Amino acid sequence: MTASATTQAHLEEPYARPKLVEGAEDFGAVTQRVCGVLERPKPPRAWYIGLAISSSLTLLLFTMVVYLIATGVGVWGNNSPAFWGWGIVNFVFWVGIAHAGTLISAILFLLRQKWRTSINRAAEAMTLFAVCCAGLYPAIHVGRIWVAYWLFPFPNQMQMWPNFRSPLLWDVFAVSTYATVSALFWFMGLVPDLATLRDRSTTRLKQVIYGFFALGWRGSARHWQRFERAYLLLAALATPLVLSVHSVVSFDFAVSQVSGWHTTIFPPYFVAGAIFSGFAMVVTVMVPARELFGLKELVTIRHLENMNKVILATGSMVGLAYSTEFFIAWYGGNPYERFAFMNRAFGPYAWAYWIMIFCNVVAPQFFWSKKIRTSPWLMVGVAILVNVGMWFERFVIIVTSLARTYLPSNWGYFKPTWVDICTFAGTIGLFFTLFLLFCRFLPMVAIAEVKGVLPAAHAHPEHPKGGHDHG
Amino acid sequence: MAESQPALQSLVAEFDDVDSVSAAARAVRDAGFQHFDVYSPFPIHGIERSMGLRATRLPWIVLGMGLTGTTLALFFQWWANAHDYPFKISAKPLFGIPANIPITFEFTVLLAAFGAFFGMLVLNRLPEHHNELFDNPRFRRATDDGFFLAVEARDARFDTRRTRELLQSFSKHPVVECHASTESRAFPIWVRAALAGAGALALLPFAGIVNARFRDATSPAFHLIKDMDSQPRYRAQAANPYFADGRAQRPDVAGAVAFDHFLTDPKTLTGRDGENFCGTIPLPVSDQTMLRGQQRFAVYCTPCHGQAGYGDGLVAQRAANLQEPNWVPPASLHDPVVRARAVGQIFDTIRNGVRTMPAYGRQIGIEDSWAIVAYVRALQRSQNATVEDVPPAERASLGTR
Ligand code: HEC
Repeated sequence: MTASATTQAHLEEPYARPKLVEGAEDFGAVTQRVCGVLERPKPPRAWYIGLAISSSLTLLLFTMVVYLIATGVGVWGNNSPAFWGWGIVNFVFWVGIAHAGTLISAILFLLRQKWRTSINRAAEAMTLFAVCCAGLYPAIHVGRIWVAYWLFPFPNQMQMWPNFRSPLLWDVFAVSTYATVSALFWFMGLVPDLATLRDRSTTRLKQVIYGFFALGWRGSARHWQRFERAYLLLAALATPLVLSVHSVVSFDFAVSQVSGWHTTIFPPYFVAGAIFSGFAMVVTVMVPARELFGLKELVTIRHLENMNKVILATGSMVGLAYSTEFFIAWYGGNPYERFAFMNRAFGPYAWAYWIMIFCNVVAPQFFWSKKIRTSPWLMVGVAILVNVGMWFERFVIIVTSLARTYLPSNWGYFKPTWVDICTFAGTIGLFFTLFLLFCRFLPMVAIAEVKGVLPAAHAHPEHPKGGHDHG
Repeated sequence: MAESQPALQSLVAEFDDVDSVSAAARAVRDAGFQHFDVYSPFPIHGIERSMGLRATRLPWIVLGMGLTGTTLALFFQWWANAHDYPFKISAKPLFGIPANIPITFEFTVLLAAFGAFFGMLVLNRLPEHHNELFDNPRFRRATDDGFFLAVEARDARFDTRRTRELLQSFSKHPVVECHASTESRAFPIWVRAALAGAGALALLPFAGIVNARFRDATSPAFHLIKDMDSQPRYRAQAANPYFADGRAQRPDVAGAVAFDHFLTDPKTLTGRDGENFCGTIPLPVSDQTMLRGQQRFAVYCTPCHGQAGYGDGLVAQRAANLQEPNWVPPASLHDPVVRARAVGQIFDTIRNGVRTMPAYGRQIGIEDSWAIVAYVRALQRSQNATVEDVPPAERASLGTR
């Protein structure tokens, strides 16, 4: 049996690759590893420190939101000519980060990249938390937040419908669909693991709570069959969805006529950037998390290295997009377009532009070195640079184009206010608070999926000609 | 009465690895069983073949939901933006595939995803928080590292002894019986009462909406969220303690000239010269004035007085057809009494109305009112002309008359 199982494994993966899971090789050990994190009476001290910092930032966020609503959007720095400021910069930044989770869980699943199983749960959770941070901005920026529901089509006393041909409405649909589908996808994957937690829980309270959300899962083969089919279909739906979401976000700019925005390259360029920033965030968060919770055997250096390769690839794509934009601005012969790009690189926001170039184009190139690619703390350094760079990318695109448009008498210089800054810091706090709570109360690694990629999970294949097939 | 043993539900065998549970599943399948199931902590690949399971119809549900999403989204966008409230923006087509695709796509994905998730739950009959299998404490291994095979007693080939032997031949662990639960699976009465109560309360808003929809309101509509019409502000004539004179409405600053109120002459404004109506039009009359008067007359006066001023406008005709008892027919402007009126009085009639004729002063400006007066005068002359009115040079062209 063992011999044929190995043969099969070799057939599937012709090149000798590092193992997906190190150390723990039987099912019980995997359960123990992952659930052990949640079951130990007290989390590590670093967890408390992290939660203290991030939850105070979250408190700051709520304070800022209340202040904004009570006072009005004037407390932000947005004003003529830059009517879009940090609000939209941060919105796009967070939505972009969200994309890595779906990419890892859906696209890599369709591509049968088994290494995803150890990181997909945490990455999907990050998707949800990043979407929370992103979704906050459109909701609070409307001024009269209590009528934000006017964005949705519903029969109202004004007898009017929203304009379905507007990119901003597409955005509403894209982001809310994305949030819903990723929540479903994440929750569905979680159900079998919640059942594991339910069956291991020692207190009645835990049993009831985990049991409620486990929906009575009992691992029936008939259930698994439909579950796997549903999972595959959701992955197949989420893949075009994730590509569409950032394309639609880019339409907010590309469909307008502002120079520097009105380009057809935007959708693919935004999608590459989103994947780039999202993977960087996954690396930034996963390296400390695996260290802290002792998950090094499940989230191995190989996983991290693979993600770094994706960062290198998408980072180079983003660099290519930057140069293409410049080429087209010159080759297109449109003086306004040319001006917009010269202004980006050498105008009043040149400092932001060159930070962006350094962080997004130069920094990821370090990943050509295997040493940097495989040493956890060095890669976190690069990943943080990438996060900074991707924030600046959105800032450069949005602010430089708006601050200097067609009418020179209307030019200005955008400055954020302290409320802008505190709100952004607050969303970072919210993101990490949710993530830390997730680490403590939910399985950070998809237990059932990891068991499925262990060598012992592959049955001795039934003789192809024996018995009747498909009843 | 002897207490009856709860019915046998199934026989459950426990295994430690994938191979033995798969082998047992094949044996059970080959023995012709239909109602049996394998339980495992992760999906075992190929188990559906070992068990002889048919492919699930979930993909069809997802396809159906997806197509529903596409159709609904396309139809709704067309209906809302092109039909119910045509929304013209930048002269772009009201409905066009490219601009309506993003939302169609998102909605398709949304409904298809609902189909996949909820379809999976419905086909699996989940959530099912209580199942007899959970009564067996060893069954907890099914979500950890154990594998189970349960053959149900309702299967036609089930025979407690022989089925047990068959299962036992594959398993190292003892085969156990699973009995129907004796506990009632219904929610306690107070939970059901609370749910029913909440359900009834949830219907109230809808009842309110239906009620409001089909009854005439006597008070103005109540808006939870006020629109801009009802923002805090001072109305004309209201008091405002902020100013020394206590009035919210501020008088013109001394010496200010309003740029759209040049008319100050009382004759022009009232049509009166002291006590009497004035006999001449106080403003210059030109071709332009006559044309303007004709056009305004057509807008404001013809519905009642008719194109030619005989009091036979559409409103008057309709009232005559309906034989409205209280209807006072509009005066003919060619009535000798009316013809004898001074222009000032006709002006006054327009501005302030007369007896049953309503006043038009609020709709028609001063200049326009005088233009109409000029036109009425012309109309009157046209209907009561004599040969003397025609210039001598043109009289010959009148022909036979
Ligand atoms: C809603 C229908 C209506 C409209 C519109 C209307 N009138 Fe009259 N008008 C009347 C009626 C009815 C009378 C007769 C009032 C009566 O005798 O009680 C009348 C009477 C008159 C008279 C005779 C008043 C008199 O001195 O006895 C004049 C002149 C006249 N209308 C001019 C106008 C002119 C000019 C307009 C257009 C600005 C106009 N009306 C629009 C209904 C109308």
